[in-house]
Amino acid sequence: MKLLTQSAMALALMANTAAAEGDLVVYHWFEYMPQELLDKFTAETGINVTMDTYDSNEAMLASLKAGGMGTYDVAVPGDYMVAIMAGEGLLDTIADGELANKGNIAPEWADPSFDPGRTHSIPYQWGSTAFSVDTEAYSGDINTTDILFNPPAELSGKINMLDSQGEVMALASLHMGIPQCSSDREQLKALNEMLVNAKAHWASFNSDTAKEVLVSGDVAVGMIYDGFGAKARAEKASLQYAFPTQGYVVWMDNVVLLKDAPNRDNALKFMDFLLQPENIAAVSNYARYGAGVSGVGDFLDPELATLPEANPPATAGQGAFIEVCDEATQAVYDQIWTNVKK
Amino acid sequence: MAGGAASGGSSAADTYAGARNWLLMPSWVVLIVFVLAPVCMMLIYSFLTKEFRGGVIWEFSLKAYDQFFCDRGLFGDEPCAIEWTYITIFWRSIWQAGAATILSLIIGFPTAYFIATRPERTRAMWVFLITIPYWVNLLIRTVSMKFLLRDQGPLNDFLISIGLIDSPLHIINTNLAVQLGLFYSYLPFMVLPIYASVERYNFALSEAAADLYATKWTTLRRILLPAVKPGVIAGCILVFVPSLGAFLAPDLLGGAKNFMIGSLIEEQFKGNAGNWPFGAAASMILLTMVLIILLIFARQQRKAEATS
Repeated sequence: MKLLTQSAMALALMANTAAAEGDLVVYHWFEYMPQELLDKFTAETGINVTMDTYDSNEAMLASLKAGGMGTYDVAVPGDYMVAIMAGEGLLDTIADGELANKGNIAPEWADPSFDPGRTHSIPYQWGSTAFSVDTEAYSGDINTTDILFNPPAELSGKINMLDSQGEVMALASLHMGIPQCSSDREQLKALNEMLVNAKAHWASFNSDTAKEVLVSGDVAVGMIYDGFGAKARAEKASLQYAFPTQGYVVWMDNVVLLKDAPNRDNALKFMDFLLQPENIAAVSNYARYGAGVSGVGDFLDPELATLPEANPPATAGQGAFIEVCDEATQAVYDQIWTNVKK
Repeated sequence: MAGGAASGGSSAADTYAGARNWLLMPSWVVLIVFVLAPVCMMLIYSFLTKEFRGGVIWEFSLKAYDQFFCDRGLFGDEPCAIEWTYITIFWRSIWQAGAATILSLIIGFPTAYFIATRPERTRAMWVFLITIPYWVNLLIRTVSMKFLLRDQGPLNDFLISIGLIDSPLHIINTNLAVQLGLFYSYLPFMVLPIYASVERYNFALSEAAADLYATKWTTLRRILLPAVKPGVIAGCILVFVPSLGAFLAPDLLGGAKNFMIGSLIEEQFKGNAGNWPFGAAASMILLTMVLIILLIFARQQRKAEATS
């Protein structure tokens, strides 16, 4: 018995030292990281990776602010959330020279507005948010936001929206041609009225099952991310992803270095790992989104280059990032969202 | 064997009488740490100032309660009018939970009666059968329900194939789907307490009533129901209270088109609003409501016991 206790204690001690030297705790979106890639990282570096997942930027922020800081090394916020987290002081600064592969970042993503100079983050994946339409149920022009907000009669009641305030509001603003953070009262009233009226045509708000409700035929139109749209089309060929002439939402998820990261060095190794074209291409092949790294071309699934979901037609409007509004403006948008969902 | 254990139990209580307070310690610690402390924290948070994008500033504020009861317009600068938004959300949840409770009672009572009137040897098996679906996670069961109910799902396919309907019944994303989901989630909480009551019921009383020319309906109403009332009330509470805060069924089966209490509170912490004090205030109001309902039930029960 004594021997057993002693060996158990010895094992526990060994496990502890191993953890102190080679651990990495990742806070990541669900279904967004191929397990083989994590295994490859562990094989190359000997670092054990633990991953927790979240389903929205806001949920991640809430859990970090409610005591999650100091637990995780890296997280993967979307563009606007990088700016918010930096503003809240949740991000650590990556000094010059700390990332060996920083030069691999594609030039167009090297100095984005949400993280000038890439001092806190590296690109993970980027894509767009619009909607897919079942062309068997509707044969008209789908490249217009009217499909969501002022739908033809045959699509009314067959529309699923993402249960995500930021994305719905951004697309609605593009639909009306108004700024995303408007303080013009007339514009805001009109936006409120437009959304409350449009809701009568919507069947549901589902994010987790956005793809599944389209494939199953529960709805004929569904707001969706482009990569999910591609996966949906693979399961149901009549689905087509729309690029509205009024514009669509563009987003980029980024790996950020969190303040008080318990394994800061390993986090930097992980970021360097993800900046290697071969590795980040594996994520793109899995998630069907774009990588923000130069030289991925050789490693990408050839099908991705011609993916209709990733190649906007000439008629497509401008892509727009979700904007970060100030507190007073945001309060009005929150109120509008409550009015839509009450 | 069972009898020996029971008599041993009573003498054991005397043996440990001196240590009673110490033996109760673990329960007290659990109650204080996991029930009382979080509720106190919520109470305090509901009176603090909201921090932009989640979190609180440690300054006293009544704003969360003001937001709940006062409608100050889209821009928040109008005088206080009665805010119907949240009252509507609460009323919707109460109504849904109430409907689910009644549905559970209608199905659960005969089920419990059926089990309790089986021969003693087979009762355990029937109870066991009731609990089998609950070995699977609630989320998975709710998603499965969605598969079953959808327009092109097995239920509609079956009804069409036997010629009962021509076009699919549109159930998914309606209130009916939410009630079915809640009813299905919490049915055993109705069946089991009622079963426990009916099992203890002395069926000789029903026979006596029949001998005195009471109809079956009268016997049920005047003899059986009063005798098993505690079980019925317990079942109703156990179904109603969790249904009130449920958000899985409303989100997955109801399409999340309208806030329920549960999803409204969740949105304040996890969603875009990031309004922790308001979420805490809404939780406190819900808690108060549930307490009042429980007190009313408890009072009724005491009255019923006093008269019987």
